[in-house]
Amino acid sequence: MSLLQHLSTSISSSSSAFLVHSNFNSRTKNVSLQAKRNGICKCVAAVPKESQTAYKTNVSRNGNLAKLQAGYLFPEIGRRRAAHLLKYPDAQVISLGIGDTTEPIPEVITSAMGKRSEELSTLEGYSGYGAEQGEKSLRAAIASTFYSNLGIEDDDIFVSDGAKCDISRLQVVFGADVTMAVQDPSYPAYVDSSVIMGQTGQFQKDVLKFESIEYMKCTPENGFFPDLSGVSRTDIIFFCSPNNPTGAAATREQLTQLVKFAKDNGSIIVYDSAYAMYMSEDNPRSIFEIPGAKEVAIETSSFSKYAGFTGVRLGWTVVPKELLFSDGFPVAKDFNRIVCTCFNGASNIAQAGGLACLSPEGLKAMHEVIGFYKENTDIIVETFNSLGFNVYGGKNAPYVWVHFPGRSSWDVFSEILEKTHVVTTPGSGFGPAGEGFVRVSAFGHRSNILEACKRFKQLYK
Amino acid sequence: MVQASLKAKRDGVGYRTKVPRNVNMENLQNGYLFSEISRCKLQHIEKFPNAKLISLGVGDTTEPLPDIIASSMAEYALALSTPEGYRGYGPEQGYEALRKAIAESFYKDISVKDTEIFVTDGSQCDITRLQLVLGANVTIAVQDPSYPVYQDSSIIIGQAGNYKDEALKCRNIEYMRCSPQNNFFPDLDTTSRADIIFFCSPNNPTGHAATRKQLEKLVEFARNNGSIIIFDSAYASYIMDDSPRSIFEIPGAREVAIEVSSFSKLAGFTGVRLGWTVVPEELLFSNGFPVRNDFDRIVCTCFSGASNIAQAGGLACLSSEGLKATESMVQYYMENARILVDTFTSLGLEVYGGANAPYVWVRFPGSKSWDVFSEILEKTHIITAPGSGFGAGGEEFLRISAYGNRKCILEASRRLGSFFS
Repeated sequence: MSLLQHLSTSISSSSSAFLVHSNFNSRTKNVSLQAKRNGICKCVAAVPKESQTAYKTNVSRNGNLAKLQAGYLFPEIGRRRAAHLLKYPDAQVISLGIGDTTEPIPEVITSAMGKRSEELSTLEGYSGYGAEQGEKSLRAAIASTFYSNLGIEDDDIFVSDGAKCDISRLQVVFGADVTMAVQDPSYPAYVDSSVIMGQTGQFQKDVLKFESIEYMKCTPENGFFPDLSGVSRTDIIFFCSPNNPTGAAATREQLTQLVKFAKDNGSIIVYDSAYAMYMSEDNPRSIFEIPGAKEVAIETSSFSKYAGFTGVRLGWTVVPKELLFSDGFPVAKDFNRIVCTCFNGASNIAQAGGLACLSPEGLKAMHEVIGFYKENTDIIVETFNSLGFNVYGGKNAPYVWVHFPGRSSWDVFSEILEKTHVVTTPGSGFGPAGEGFVRVSAFGHRSNILEACKRFKQLYK
Repeated sequence: MVQASLKAKRDGVGYRTKVPRNVNMENLQNGYLFSEISRCKLQHIEKFPNAKLISLGVGDTTEPLPDIIASSMAEYALALSTPEGYRGYGPEQGYEALRKAIAESFYKDISVKDTEIFVTDGSQCDITRLQLVLGANVTIAVQDPSYPVYQDSSIIIGQAGNYKDEALKCRNIEYMRCSPQNNFFPDLDTTSRADIIFFCSPNNPTGHAATRKQLEKLVEFARNNGSIIIFDSAYASYIMDDSPRSIFEIPGAREVAIEVSSFSKLAGFTGVRLGWTVVPEELLFSNGFPVRNDFDRIVCTCFSGASNIAQAGGLACLSSEGLKATESMVQYYMENARILVDTFTSLGLEVYGGANAPYVWVRFPGSKSWDVFSEILEKTHIITAPGSGFGAGGEEFLRISAYGNRKCILEASRRLGSFFS
């Protein structure tokens, strides 16, 4: 069996089944989906009976983790998918849930990684620990590719193993005593990492929100941009554009408003631009296109969705020198300390791939793959439009945000899964304002996208 | 004008947000030890541009990867361009095949299951992930001296409180002195209870590999106190005698210990980034909640898995050919260690370590370690690591890493011989 086959993901090794397939049997039962209240599936493992007599340490569980209501959203989707496959072993399940890239990585990029790998077995080519902030050449390439003329310098850029990891590292920098605002709906890692850090109070079941988090509603009614006049001040504002899950891309005007809001309030924006290259329209691709942003914003981005690097693991975060805490201390200095102490740099092989991505040939190749996924998105948008749904997103992001007014998004998710064997993501998983919506991801082989759309048409005709 | 305003901002004179700086970050006194050492290195190079600097400071592997491992990674990378070979997100806990191979290679007779193994991008990162699991309200104990990341991460997460004295000891940390006098194993009878006990064996920086008896005492201590041991076994493959390679060789450890390990020093993966952490099913918080569940939640929320290419490399390391090849690399570095031990011993200095770990721990009675570090750097152009960077118990000591090309090690020995005689 080749190494590839050895390492292959099989259903049983996916994260969804990691804990379920353990020998710790009684816990497995508790993990299965039980209480469904207000459209939320409570998938919290209760304390198994066996461990009531088993040896326990005297170490208290971290109260912050106890506040988390369920598993992280995407492994939950994975669990449902796995359970569905068990129920229908012959079903051709199509996954448009987790936004996982599916198309092969262009050769110009993989051959660079192959070359770097081989070089590691030579005297001249071997390298050990790299700079924790990333290889100079890659930082320079990122600066010139994405931030030229925006006054962002090479050493403002920190290369990492991805945006999700960077979000937690930023939270570690900020600590427990800051307040934060998120869009509602939003990528779950912002809220979850905030809970883990201890920035939030308890989850309020009546409104499905965490105490102390400011939720900035983004709906069709407000063009998916929050009414900032109704938003209370927080220290940190997470903002993602193009948006996951709604697909909305903020305009220059809106971002100017946001930067002003941050400036007036002395807040820091953490701007997630992981989908910037999916932008079709003329909206800003970086927060730093807005004058004054360097004094109020951090930007995080990723090669995941541009280069299919979801498994290879490479991203970056920009922390401008001008960004200062209230006592004048540069945020970048603290981020650097975290990067040096809590991290050891992205894999050198992944970084070689990143550099190839940013070569002229690499950029061209990435644009082609992005174009392919955008065509998928068009097909999905057209399908739901033709079925009479109100459809959002899809123009500037690989996500389609479909409205099912008055319905519970987990119910719609289940219905679609049961009746069409297509996995999507329920909108309420992204926040209470996601209720009534379903996110359909456009990452998939063309044939699967077409087949899924065929099935949608059948279900909802 | 733009330049002037940029400079003004760099001096903290420009616009300030109203976001308070994290008090825990203020509690970190200095830069991270190894960043400081790198800084000294750069300064020295500037001062002596023609000096042939030998780096025995940061423990960075130097020898090329075995062919089988490098070519496996190359093959995997190239296959990512094919429909059959492309892989997107992997399981955050690591691919099952690799977890199984780790269980089989390192934990075969001590029943650690692959489902208890989390593959990661390295121990330094795992220690912070563990701190995120544990939170600010636990107390920790560390060996003194110890790998700085345990204390630093503890300060960062808010467990450690302020520094209380000149010796840079934190208010809320229990320091377990490990010195030649106590055989580099702490006197547990005089150690106060802490929730978490960080223990590294073979030890960085002292090189001491704890004996079975010592680890049995440690497990008993943890059990009696309801503590959790975080056992760092990153250098286990360097053990040359029959000292335990895993905490789980000790009966009862499964209910009180987590083990953190790494491919960095085992396989030269310091830049490739791959490691693992074992959290046994039986390890429970005081309310009965499995620690593993919370670690899994952190891994799924704050991490996205180790690079798939690195994991392919890990799998190749654990093939029989790979294990043989990495074993030779370890032997190579241990031969370096022997040379260094011989050198210092022949100079009449007190030498420890170097027998079960790639670090040599040399004592300079009455000296300040940063002074010895500077003097050696200035006079012999060799970078080492000052013992006090690892804790107050490291003062008077210098850590010399055995990672280097044989030629460099021999040259370093020659220079040290000249300098000290």
